[in-house]
Amino acid sequence: MKFSSDDFELFGLPRRFALDRAALDARWRTLQGEVHPDRYASEGAAAQRVAAQWSARVNEAYQRLKDPLRRAACLCELAGVPVNAEDNTAMPPAFLMQQLEWREALDEAGDEAAVEALAREVELRRRAALDELTATIDARADWPAAAMQVRALMFIARFAEDVDRRLEALGQ
Amino acid sequence: MALLQISEPGGAPDPHQRRIAVGIDLGTTHSLVAAVRHGVAECLPDEAGRVILPSAVRYLPNGGRQIGAAALAEATNDPRNTIVSVKRFMGRGVADIAERSKLPYDFVDAPGMLKLRTVEGEKSPVEVSAEILATLRQRAEDTFDDELFGAVITVPAYFDEAQRQATKDAAQLAGLNVLRLISEPTAAAIAYGLEHGSEGLYAVYDLGGGTFDISLLRLSAGVFEVIATGGDSALGGDDFDALLADWALAQAGLRAETPADRRAVRVAARAAKEKLSATDHATLACPLGSGELSVRVTRADLETLTAPLVARTLAAVRKVLRDAKVDKTEVQGAVMVGGSTRMPLVQAAVGELFGRTPLTNLNPDEVVALGAAIQANALAGNAGADELLLLDVIPLSLGLETMGGLVERIIPRNATIPTARAQDFTTFKDGQTAMAIHVVQGERELVSDCRSLARFELRGIPPMVAGAARIRVTFQVDADGLLAVSAREEGSGVEAAISVKPSYGLADEDIARMLSESFSTAEQDMHERSLRESRVDAERLLLATRAALAVDGDLLEAGEHEAVENLLRAVEAARESSEHHAIDAAVEALAKGTEGFAAARMNRGIRQALAGKRVEDV
Repeated sequence: MKFSSDDFELFGLPRRFALDRAALDARWRTLQGEVHPDRYASEGAAAQRVAAQWSARVNEAYQRLKDPLRRAACLCELAGVPVNAEDNTAMPPAFLMQQLEWREALDEAGDEAAVEALAREVELRRRAALDELTATIDARADWPAAAMQVRALMFIARFAEDVDRRLEALGQ
Repeated sequence: MALLQISEPGGAPDPHQRRIAVGIDLGTTHSLVAAVRHGVAECLPDEAGRVILPSAVRYLPNGGRQIGAAALAEATNDPRNTIVSVKRFMGRGVADIAERSKLPYDFVDAPGMLKLRTVEGEKSPVEVSAEILATLRQRAEDTFDDELFGAVITVPAYFDEAQRQATKDAAQLAGLNVLRLISEPTAAAIAYGLEHGSEGLYAVYDLGGGTFDISLLRLSAGVFEVIATGGDSALGGDDFDALLADWALAQAGLRAETPADRRAVRVAARAAKEKLSATDHATLACPLGSGELSVRVTRADLETLTAPLVARTLAAVRKVLRDAKVDKTEVQGAVMVGGSTRMPLVQAAVGELFGRTPLTNLNPDEVVALGAAIQANALAGNAGADELLLLDVIPLSLGLETMGGLVERIIPRNATIPTARAQDFTTFKDGQTAMAIHVVQGERELVSDCRSLARFELRGIPPMVAGAARIRVTFQVDADGLLAVSAREEGSGVEAAISVKPSYGLADEDIARMLSESFSTAEQDMHERSLRESRVDAERLLLATRAALAVDGDLLEAGEHEAVENLLRAVEAARESSEHHAIDAAVEALAKGTEGFAAARMNRGIRQALAGKRVEDV
């Protein structure tokens, strides 16, 4: 095990998109139990520094693995097909149409109930997209298609954040 | 002192060196110190048997001070020189203090942090807090008749960078070795969870004198994992007092015109509020310059007045649940912490939100200090250290200013610490050779709505066309939640770095100056003190290195082993020196010389952890 190991190696996980969240959490706690600086509190500055680096590395990997989008992006990158979300914004027209419709629906939603209904619809779409992505990666290993689906999910996630912000504003 | 010391198996490297470590709750209205004694955490009383030290410091004209109950007793007579609730000023500028016109102090606007003008000169909130901390340190040293190894100090979970740094500075000024800053709700969860053996998802609702925190934690087998935290670092019992005081004055048609009047009516309001937790009505009464104030107040009056404050806390609770993506029905219990949670209105509101009776079966005043003491005992390497693991988060997002005054978020709030994250930036203009880096904290999109933490410049970037330079900015947050930022141009290797301190905390020179000026530590000879600290450090590292060699010595080649032994002998020789610099140099050489060894041991540790169980088997 090296500092430069990828996230999956570090956590002893197979390179798959499907993930048992409870097992990941348990693994994270076990690893932090080994590397957290508090475990080396009385062992001098050198051990503290090394522990802090390891602990941050484990936290970084955990953040990436537990977020489905970042986990998928990481798998694409490991497979040699980076997602390149900044440079590649080309999306199928049907997908873009739906985004536009959602944006309009959010602008027009007058009350909390309307925004919540939209939030539910977005969540359903997100789950369906994640199921599709699971098949694309784990069953077919079709990396270019996976990268495209990750980019689409990034759009959905960004829209979901806007919906949340709107809900928060209405809830105050 | 105990005559016999019995160490538990697997405890400290040397059983005869049990280290005295304390937990300190540095509160807005009162402070406590606790320690683990005979395996149990307990609050340490003063010679009069009181565990609570009112967080009040009075400066006297002859250079003397009164601290605690003695100071509080004079607060009404001498309001300008008697500083209470100083915690609300930590890491804050004058402009940050709402309603400062209602406070009896003479504020001085100083760069970074405000000061208070007293008969004894201008005092920084850090200095005032250090007086309180030094008093508690003295109490602990008297209790154990020994020096302290270190302290864990609690801060509100929602304290930002500047407030945390100010707290750490105050501890340093009070001569304390800070083992860790931990958040108050987390400390409470440790004390509560260990006592009741609780597992699962818990909310800690902590309404103190001046701050409000809400934290969600997952408890499992000695691991305390903070999932999300929120709150308001300027909302507490003081605000309830202020509302009640204003209301009573309006009812009586009187005004509090002098600092003494303002203090008197606050004190009377607080007394009435506390009485109303047990009875239905009370009388708010005190003499004022313009007449005698005496107003009857019912619990219903108080609850109507303060309902908006309670509603603010509930909004924060809902926000944290949203952040954590947790439904309130998943929360197994709401632990109540802080004296202000004694108010029936608060308990009813929290009970209604979670749909279950809040957990009040612990002393809300003491639980934070007790949890801090347990963590301090573990960090000191005493027995039980490996039974407790605390995984905390940063409360507020950290980011950088980018074009147009917008914030680019680098580390999001509720990220588990320690953490590090890097982001690449580039130049905006052709031939640009410098880049200004402005570090901010907060959730808003605009820099002007966030708190500015630090500014620094990366200079010496080789001239290139716009967009060609690759500047990697790295944020590192340590286990105390304190930030260091570095920037590096990847092509040329030019670097700049800052530990986020100067803009709101105190520079190290300030600390040194204050230490030498400080009344409460003036009797300490600085040289003696440094020497003693250096010897303790040397001792600590010798023990730790020997213990590490005993366990993992096989990781070293024969030559490496010999080199480490030489460094150990050098530290042993230097330890007898009366020059602390000589000791420090030998210690630093040993630390540097064993860095590779430490890394190899960590690698072995993590390999062993991974070899234990594959995830599929868990």
